[in-house]
This record gives sequence, C-alpha cells and structure tokens, in this order.
Amino acid sequence: MEPFQTVEGGAAAMPAANIDTDVIMPKQFLKGIDRKGLARGVFFDLRFDEAGGPRETFVLNQPPWTEARFLVVGPNFGCGSSREHAVWGLAQLGIRALIGTSFAGIFFDNCARNGLLAITLPADEIETLLALAADPATCRFTIDLAEQVIEGAGRQLRFEIDASRKHALLNGLDPVGVTLARADEIRAFEAAHLAANPWLAPAAAP
Amino acid sequence: MTPPRTLYDKLVDAHTVARLDEDGSTVLLYVDRSVLNEYTSPQAFTGLREAGRQVWAPERLLGVVDHVNATTPTRTAEMPDPGGAGQVAYFARNCRDFGIELFDILHPMQGIEHVVAPELGLILPGMVVAAGDSHTTTYGAFGALGFGIGTSDIEHMLATATVVYRRLAPMQVVVDGRLPLGVTAKDVVMALIETIGADGATGCAIEFTGQTIADLSVEGRMTLCNMAVECGARGALIAPDQTVLDYLKPLARAPKGDAWTAAADAWTKLKADPEAVYARRVVLQAEAIEPMVTWGTSPDQAASVRARTPNPETEASPARRRDVARALDYMGLQPGALLEEIRIDRAFIGSCTNARIEDLREAAAVLQGRQVAEGVRAMVVPGSSAVRRQAEAEGLDRIFLNAGFEWRQSGCSMCLAMNDDVLAPGERCASSTNRNFEGRQGAGGRTHLMSPAMVAAAAVFGRITDVRRLGA
Repeated sequence: MEPFQTVEGGAAAMPAANIDTDVIMPKQFLKGIDRKGLARGVFFDLRFDEAGGPRETFVLNQPPWTEARFLVVGPNFGCGSSREHAVWGLAQLGIRALIGTSFAGIFFDNCARNGLLAITLPADEIETLLALAADPATCRFTIDLAEQVIEGAGRQLRFEIDASRKHALLNGLDPVGVTLARADEIRAFEAAHLAANPWLAPAAAP
Repeated sequence: MTPPRTLYDKLVDAHTVARLDEDGSTVLLYVDRSVLNEYTSPQAFTGLREAGRQVWAPERLLGVVDHVNATTPTRTAEMPDPGGAGQVAYFARNCRDFGIELFDILHPMQGIEHVVAPELGLILPGMVVAAGDSHTTTYGAFGALGFGIGTSDIEHMLATATVVYRRLAPMQVVVDGRLPLGVTAKDVVMALIETIGADGATGCAIEFTGQTIADLSVEGRMTLCNMAVECGARGALIAPDQTVLDYLKPLARAPKGDAWTAAADAWTKLKADPEAVYARRVVLQAEAIEPMVTWGTSPDQAASVRARTPNPETEASPARRRDVARALDYMGLQPGALLEEIRIDRAFIGSCTNARIEDLREAAAVLQGRQVAEGVRAMVVPGSSAVRRQAEAEGLDRIFLNAGFEWRQSGCSMCLAMNDDVLAPGERCASSTNRNFEGRQGAGGRTHLMSPAMVAAAAVFGRITDVRRLGA
C-alpha cells in the first residue's frame, strides 16, 4: 500500500450528511474480480448525467476541484454497505485523505487498509475547513501525518489518530505480513480457545 | 477482583490474541467463523494467490452465492450478466482451490448468507464472526459478535484467522413493555434508528435488553440486530436465553450429544455482569412504537405510518434543512404529505432483514383472500431455498401467487439490485429491506422501508397503508 507521509493538494467540500457507499460506488461497478477501473464509478450518479456527460453542478467537475486530493465531508460519510470498492475508487481518483466529523466503521477501516487517511475533527473545525475548501483561493491544504497537522490558508489544525493506524499508514505496511509474523501466537491462542470451547470445532456436513 | 464487564467486553476479551497498542484499544481479534460471498471476496483470494498464502482454517468457512444471481421463479445457473457470471465462476474456483465448502446457485441450501448460516446452526453464542457484508451484525441474535469487514480484512482473516480490531464503546438499548398488535421487530429497529440517527451508534456495539427483546423470537432478534448497522453499530448483541437454545438444538450443524450439553451450559452464563457500565444507554417503550415507514433516503428519515413528511423550513439547522429538502426532492414528495397517501408501483418482500419463514407467514396472513392492487408489481424473494421449501410446505406460496405476487427463488435480489431485479427510474417501492439510499434499488428508484406485513398491506391498497387498518 502507498505510504502516507506529507501530502499537498486541493480540498473539495461535500457537506451532505450520510453519503453512503452506494452513492460513492454504485452497483454496476461491483461486478469485477480485481480492483481496477473504479475511478469512473466514484459518485457516478452525482458526477455524470444520463448521457454520461459531467454534471457541471457537482463539485469534483468544477475547476480547481477536478484535481482535488482531499474531501472535507459531512457526518457519517461511508455508511452502508461494506464494499471496499468505494475506497479503491476514491484512491484511484487521486483522493488521499477524507476529513469529517464521523465515518462509518467498516469504511473507516477500509480507508486505513488502502493508504487513504480518514481524519476525524470536531464539528466547528470541520465548518472552518468546509469554508476554506469551498473557496478556490483557500482550498489548498497540506496534511502532515507524522506531525498530525492539517495546514490551509495559514491555519493549522491538529488531529488525533490511533498509534497503530498511523504507523501502518506512514510505512505503507502489508498488514497480513505483519500479522503472519505472529503465527505462533495465533496458534497457541487457538489451541487454548478450542480446548475451552470444544463445540467451536465445526461439525462435518451431514 | 475484575471490574464488571458488558457482554461485548467479554466476547472481545475472550478472542483477543494480542494487544496491538499500549492501551489495548486495538487488538488482534480471533475469528471463529465466516461466510463468504461472490462479490466482496474475489480480490481477497487474488491477494492470497499473488502472495502465495494459504487459508488458515478453510473448514470454518462457508461460501454462498447470493448477491448477483437471478431469482427467476424457475432456478437456473445462468447469471443475469457477464460480470456476475465471472464472479460466480471465480468464487467456485477459489472455494475449490482453497478447500472451502460452497453453496452455489443450484445447491439445495443456497440462500442469503445471513439466512443460510443461522438456519444451518453455524452461528453459535459466544462466537466472533467477521464477514464481508455489513449485515453480519445479524448474528448478535444468538449472542455472537458479528460484524462486517471490507475485502482487505477478508484477505487478512482468511490468511490469519484474525482481524486487526478497534474496540468499540458498549451501548445499551433497553426496550421494555409489550409490542402492540401489528408492530414488529422491524418497527422497533426502525424506531431506534429514527430516534438516535443514522450515526447514533457509530463507534459502538449495541447490547439489546429488556422485556420486549426477551419476548422476541430468534427471527425477530435477527431482524433487530441486522439493521443495527443502519445506525452505525458495528456489532449488536442479545444475551442467549432458552429461546435461542431451543432454536439451535435441532439445527443440522449445531453441536450434538455431550458437546451440546457442555455448550448449552456455557451459553447460559454468557451475559453482562449486573453492574457493567455502558458508554451510553437508550430506552424505548414498546407501547409507544407504531408501524414505521421511511420517507427519505437515509434509514433515519422515518416516521410512524400515520405521520406526514417533514417540512424542511421547520428544521433546526441549515444542514438539516438542506438534507431534508434534498431527500424529499429525490423521493418526489411534498412537505407535510400524509405517508398513507403515497402511491406505490412495486412491492418487495425479501432480504437478510425480512425474508425468513416468520416474515413470509406475517405477509401471507395479510394477503390471505386479498389481491394486489391494479398496476402494482409485487414479488417475494425468500431468504433461502430452505425457507422457500418450508413456505411451500405450509401453502404460503399459494397465498402469495393467488394474491398476485411473484413467487421467486432466493437471493439478495432487489435489496441492492446487483442482479436484474431493479427499480426503473422514478419507480416507488414498498420494501421489506434495510436501506433506502438514493439509487439503492436502481438508479432513480424510490424506496420506502417497512415491515413485510406493511409491504403486503401497501401492495393490496396500492399505497402505503397502516397494516392495523386490516385488523392484522
């Protein structure tokens, strides 16, 4: 996964509440067996009209936000379906970080597994960032993950992040490889767990 | 002395392989069982193949084709589109190569994963079940910690039998009293979501307690825990009781003999300590809950069937005014409109929320001797092939067919419309499903969530109708 260290770029404002993963990545883009080709599907019904042309009213179709690398979003962004395609698509569209008051749990984890930084801030600070992002003159931010700081228009906002999540993002770690290094620990746990709960061993198909 | 713990804390503690940070807020969590489907698993298997990794415990996994298959009344292996066909073929190859049991489309036990796994007895109290579908919270009905994960975490779980897990805040939801006639578990969970909001339990695991919960059947409990994810909960638990034990005992894959005796004894003790502290507590009174209907495009945009759509102008904040106005505009509704005057084009009974045998019985009771209104297309998609057979044995299929419903094969179907069961733009559907998002049942489609009996009533009258008017 691509490490996240310091990233600079434009931020777009998407303040609506409860933008769900069906809206982020509609069903017709879920039929693949690989992660490719999902950039076009992102916000498809918001970005494109019935004829497939860009909707001029949608923020990511308006310069300078066509080049946005960050989204400042409304509460509960990414709610609904577990589909990781939503995160793959956002990353493929060039989005590196999302900043909002709250994210749905599965979506939040999916972001972390794909180098997409999801930052949670209090509502008043999100209001500030939404206002900065909505103005072409102030919509460029720099996010420094090591220092846990967002900088924009001369302001600095500090954010919190779990230590383990920060470490994985900064270094672009392969989490499966990291966990498999603990395979002996898992085996020892498993043996004790199954001994204490013998009914967990699966019954054979009748 | 250890401090009193919630049921959630006990399950997480019992499955913690290692703490991953100093305060124990992130742990390596052991996963007892999982169910895989054809649409969220392919990239996980590809990841394993590319890294040359094995599946840790394939005998504890079940693959079920459910999301992309057709539900035409006569079962066919034909997929509605090449993409879905490719997913089903790759899924079969992955299950074969990695030694995982598969219920493919022609298997007699095929169905929606969250209907199939419980009906087999694969989900047991005290388990941790992580699976690539958000409605894995369903398993809380058995006192199992079920939660949805993305595809990267499926790959992690397949390779290591664990997930990297952030501890949630335990939240207690008490539902006390007796549900009025015509009010179901679906209405309870819709009332909860309406009360606390679509992010009201974000970062939380819910424990449901109270007399109303104790009185619910296991199927009602599954409906309740299933939709807990729609208020953001990533886990919903009900402590197992005699109702759960009675439900599990005869199931094919449940423990038998001495193993059953030992398990049942352990499960009876599986509950929160009396003094356990919750981060948050919400209390609902059953008698105050009415049949619920959504009017908007988020599951919390819901109201009693007797209510009216809201007026954006009277909402407190500019953000709420904007969200309500946008939802009404998408739904093609006026502010202040009576919900019972909204006409429908389609009626859908199906999904992992409400397509079990009890749901079909409740809908059939409404439809007995009645007809679907002119101009309404109505369909039933049973939650599993076993549910379908059971319903046929009880003669429910005849009731649905005589009323003018289509009697279809099992699958996720028009809950998320990944197959060819789709709303046309502008079509309005009374639906027993779980999400009324924009475009969820088809681009431009308009979804009103409600209980299966309420869907049946809407189908008969051609408009949203309080099922209590029928004396149900």
